[in-house]
Amino acid sequence: MTQSWQVNSIEELDLLLQTRIPYSALLGIRVRAGDDGQPLFCLPFSPDNIGNVQLPALHGGVIGGFLENAAVMHLLWAREASELPKVVDFSIDYLRSGRPLDTWAQCEIVRQGKRIANVLMTAWQDDRTRPIAQARAHFLLA
Amino acid sequence: MWLPVSDPEFFARISPWFMAMPHSRTLGLQLLAASKGKVVLGLPFRDVLIGNPATRILHGGVVTSLIDTCSAASIFTLFDKLEAVATLDLRIDYLRPACPDATLYCEAECYRLTDNIAFTRATAYQDDPGRPVAHGVATFARTPVPAAIAEAL
Repeated sequence: MTQSWQVNSIEELDLLLQTRIPYSALLGIRVRAGDDGQPLFCLPFSPDNIGNVQLPALHGGVIGGFLENAAVMHLLWAREASELPKVVDFSIDYLRSGRPLDTWAQCEIVRQGKRIANVLMTAWQDDRTRPIAQARAHFLLA
Repeated sequence: MWLPVSDPEFFARISPWFMAMPHSRTLGLQLLAASKGKVVLGLPFRDVLIGNPATRILHGGVVTSLIDTCSAASIFTLFDKLEAVATLDLRIDYLRPACPDATLYCEAECYRLTDNIAFTRATAYQDDPGRPVAHGVATFARTPVPAAIAEAL
C-alpha cells in the first residue's frame, strides 16, 4: 500500500478515482479534461445521493464530499505529489438546491505554498453560470 | 441542561423519515439520541467510506455528510410541525483523522433558532469526546412546507 499518488494525466486521475479511493467510487465520481485543459469533475446522478426525496434534491453532504474530493484530486494533478493532501478546513456555501441531475465541478488553486494550499471549488449542473455551491478549503501538502 | 425534544410525538414521526433519506442509508447513519436542540448520530465504520487506502482513514467528505445531516436533524428537535431546512453554509475544521474500524459519532446542537434561520454547531468524535475528529458550524434557511404535503407524511 505504498504506491505513489503521482498522476501524469487526467486519464490516470480518473482511474485513480475509480480504483483507489473507496469513497469516490461509492459516490461514482469521474473526471475528464475541460475546455481549458483543467480537470472537470463529474458526479453522475444516482438515487443514492438524494437527501430530500420530496423535492427531490441531492444531499448537501454529497455535494460537500464531491467538492472536497475534487480539490484533493485537483491538487494531485497540479503538482508532482507523492502524498495525498490532508484537508485542514472546508467551508461551503449552498447557493441553489441540487436537482436530480449530473453535477460538475472545477477547482482553482488560489495559493499554494510549501506546506499549505488554498483551493476554491465551484459546482454546477446544467448551467455553469448558475452554480449550486461554492467552497473553499485549506490542505496540508504531505 | 437536558430537556426532552419540543414535540416528542412529532419527532418520533419525523426522525425515521430523516434517517431513511437515501444518502443517510448509503452511509449507514443511525440516530442514537435526541433532546431539545440536540441530536447524536452514529456512523459505523465501513471500508467503502475510506478516503486513503494506505492509512484506511475515513474520507473527509464522509465527515462532512455526517456533520451536515446531524446539524440539520438537531433543528427538527425544536419543531412541532414539518418544515424544510436548507443548508446555507457549513464550515468544518478537521482536527485529527477519523481512525479506521471505529464508529464515528456526531453531536450537533441548534443553539439559536430565528423565524428564518437556524444556527448550529457540531462535534464529531470516536472513542473519546475529548479528542474530537472535527468541529462544524452551519446556518440553515427555514422554509414552510405546504400543509397538504406536511399532512401526507
